[in-house]
Amino acid sequence: MESKVRKALRNPFALTIIAIILGFIIAMFILAVAGFPPFKSVGILIKGMLGTPKDFTAVIIKSTPIIFTGLGVAFAMKTGLFNIGGEGQYMVGCIAAVAIGSWLDFPAPLQIIFTVLAAVLASALYAGLVGLLKAKKGIHEVISSIMLNWIALYLNNWFTNTNFYHKPNTMGSYPVRESAYTMILPQWKRSEAGLAVLRNNKFLLQVLGRNDVNVGFIVAIAASVLVTWILTRTRKGFELRAVGSNIHAARYTGIDVEKNMIQSMMISGALCGLGAAFYITGQQPHLLNTLSSSENIGFNGLSVAFIAQNSPIGCIFAGLLFGGLLYGGATLQSQLGAPTEIINIIIGVIVFLVALSILIPRFLDTHTKKEKPQEVTAKEKEKKKGAGNV
Amino acid sequence: MFNTILLALGITLMYSTPLALAAQGSVMSEASGVVNVGIEGMMTVGAFFGALIGERTGNPWFGFLCGGLAGAVFGLIHAFASVTCRADQTVTGIAMNLVGPGVSLFLCRLFYNGGVQSEPVKNKIPNIFSKNVLKGAASNLNVSWTTLIALLAAIVIWYIFYHTTWGLHIRAVGEHPAAADTLGVNVYKVRYICVIMSGFLAGLGGASMTLSVVSQFSPTAISGQGFIAIAAVIFGKWTPQGGYLAALLFGFFTALVVLLGGTAIPIEILSMLPYIFTIVILVLFVGKAAAPKANGKPYIKGTR
Repeated sequence: MESKVRKALRNPFALTIIAIILGFIIAMFILAVAGFPPFKSVGILIKGMLGTPKDFTAVIIKSTPIIFTGLGVAFAMKTGLFNIGGEGQYMVGCIAAVAIGSWLDFPAPLQIIFTVLAAVLASALYAGLVGLLKAKKGIHEVISSIMLNWIALYLNNWFTNTNFYHKPNTMGSYPVRESAYTMILPQWKRSEAGLAVLRNNKFLLQVLGRNDVNVGFIVAIAASVLVTWILTRTRKGFELRAVGSNIHAARYTGIDVEKNMIQSMMISGALCGLGAAFYITGQQPHLLNTLSSSENIGFNGLSVAFIAQNSPIGCIFAGLLFGGLLYGGATLQSQLGAPTEIINIIIGVIVFLVALSILIPRFLDTHTKKEKPQEVTAKEKEKKKGAGNV
Repeated sequence: MFNTILLALGITLMYSTPLALAAQGSVMSEASGVVNVGIEGMMTVGAFFGALIGERTGNPWFGFLCGGLAGAVFGLIHAFASVTCRADQTVTGIAMNLVGPGVSLFLCRLFYNGGVQSEPVKNKIPNIFSKNVLKGAASNLNVSWTTLIALLAAIVIWYIFYHTTWGLHIRAVGEHPAAADTLGVNVYKVRYICVIMSGFLAGLGGASMTLSVVSQFSPTAISGQGFIAIAAVIFGKWTPQGGYLAALLFGFFTALVVLLGGTAIPIEILSMLPYIFTIVILVLFVGKAAAPKANGKPYIKGTR
């Protein structure tokens, strides 16, 4: 029998937790070297994330877009595509949401549907272009995605400054109409009756009153369940994964590899577009701004997917962790003056350690006494796996 | 007209320098079979340490070297993860892209009173000719020494790759590590050296940005250049000469944007052109990517 510790060390979830803890320890070390009190810093960081219901709600709101982009990346990964273009797809989604949401003027449910659909469709098509270029012309998805990220950035700036959409005397566009808002009870919480209720309930006041609580997070959970279901329970999901794990075998069994590549990219993009839609409709300032460089929502999605090891459900938690650190990092800077970039270091170390964590089961396999039969089998498995890889 | 051409050439060479150096780094790593998406992070640490040391010591050459070495340290970490630990190279590369800029900006705030920009360096890396050698329009061609270094790096790496045993080893390790191993090539050693060199060159590329193109470090000094360098390598089909020419092409597109600025076309649309051109060229002329066969695959001794 393997000891409990050994078993735990083979569990990817436990390993991820260890990676996260180590990430914090390394960050504390760096902070200490830089002259900041390490324990106090981490205390402030965690308190900044979870201190009050208001903070925790803000973390959820901040996390929602990167959970969506993380889901998009994870989905593409599962089907063998590296979607580094989440950044551009997200931006194009934001542009489409503002284009439709500030231009059309329908009552609430219709306006929301049109705005969200516009974002999802735009992002899906933008990502589909990457899939199309790869499927038809053999152009590496990484190079076309990187180019499209930049194009999206300048498209955003051009769009924001068009006469029709630019709001005079600002750096931004007009916001989407209020009928497109997806916050929870936005009018009620500012009405007399709403305020009366909130004043009597501190918890609700903190959660609802002080934040743009929106439906995005709930949709994100639904989306991750849906993605899991598609990948594991449907014929399409099987096809997509087959193309991802062995393109030649998939082709040989009659799967249309090219079509699946394009579809996979479109779904991945659509997920990023959902993130964009609920960012624009659910959070201040509901508009586009002129940007000097990209805002990293798509790139952060990469880290989220990697920490979650491409598990769609895992993306929710990894996204909350990342969003929480970003939010708490601001508190750390304002209270202690410690550079907020420590957050990027923590996340980077966690991503790095999660990638290294596959070492541990392998180490256990090679360093167990040979008379134990089940470990020998495990070793052989590893050998076979290794041989299959090359 | 002639003036404009010379001006375009000068700007092209200036902007292509950081890209060309980083692209050579990317070529080295990928040719040996290790994907390095961490080029962006390595360029950023190079840019920061180059600017910091250059500003503090007043010696831009020493800063340039330190920028390269900072990149090399990150290269070493990437090599350890991807060669020794056989971790997913894409993932550890992305981790480099988080830690690299994270460390750079963290230190920048510590050294420069909480600011995210360094002080400008007093001495930039000098141009090849002294001030009055080239007169008039020809002075556009008085480029920085780093531009020449980038060109030399490409030539040296091209020579190593195709005319020395060492280069043969590198390419063999990237195409079929097991075959190289049976011939007595130390796969791990070759990959370690290539990935560390990749970090060094990316670091030099970053430092050339902050020591010869602009003269200080800022969060947007690199922003995305590393990814473009990777794109340049794919564009150049994983060869040193291809990577260098692709970097020149990107530099040329940037020059076009600079020269066409102020005309009727909105600047945002102009800025898109380099990226649109790249995709169009890929569709029309370049076609299928041909990565080294073992690219991204960890090598386990004893497997086929």
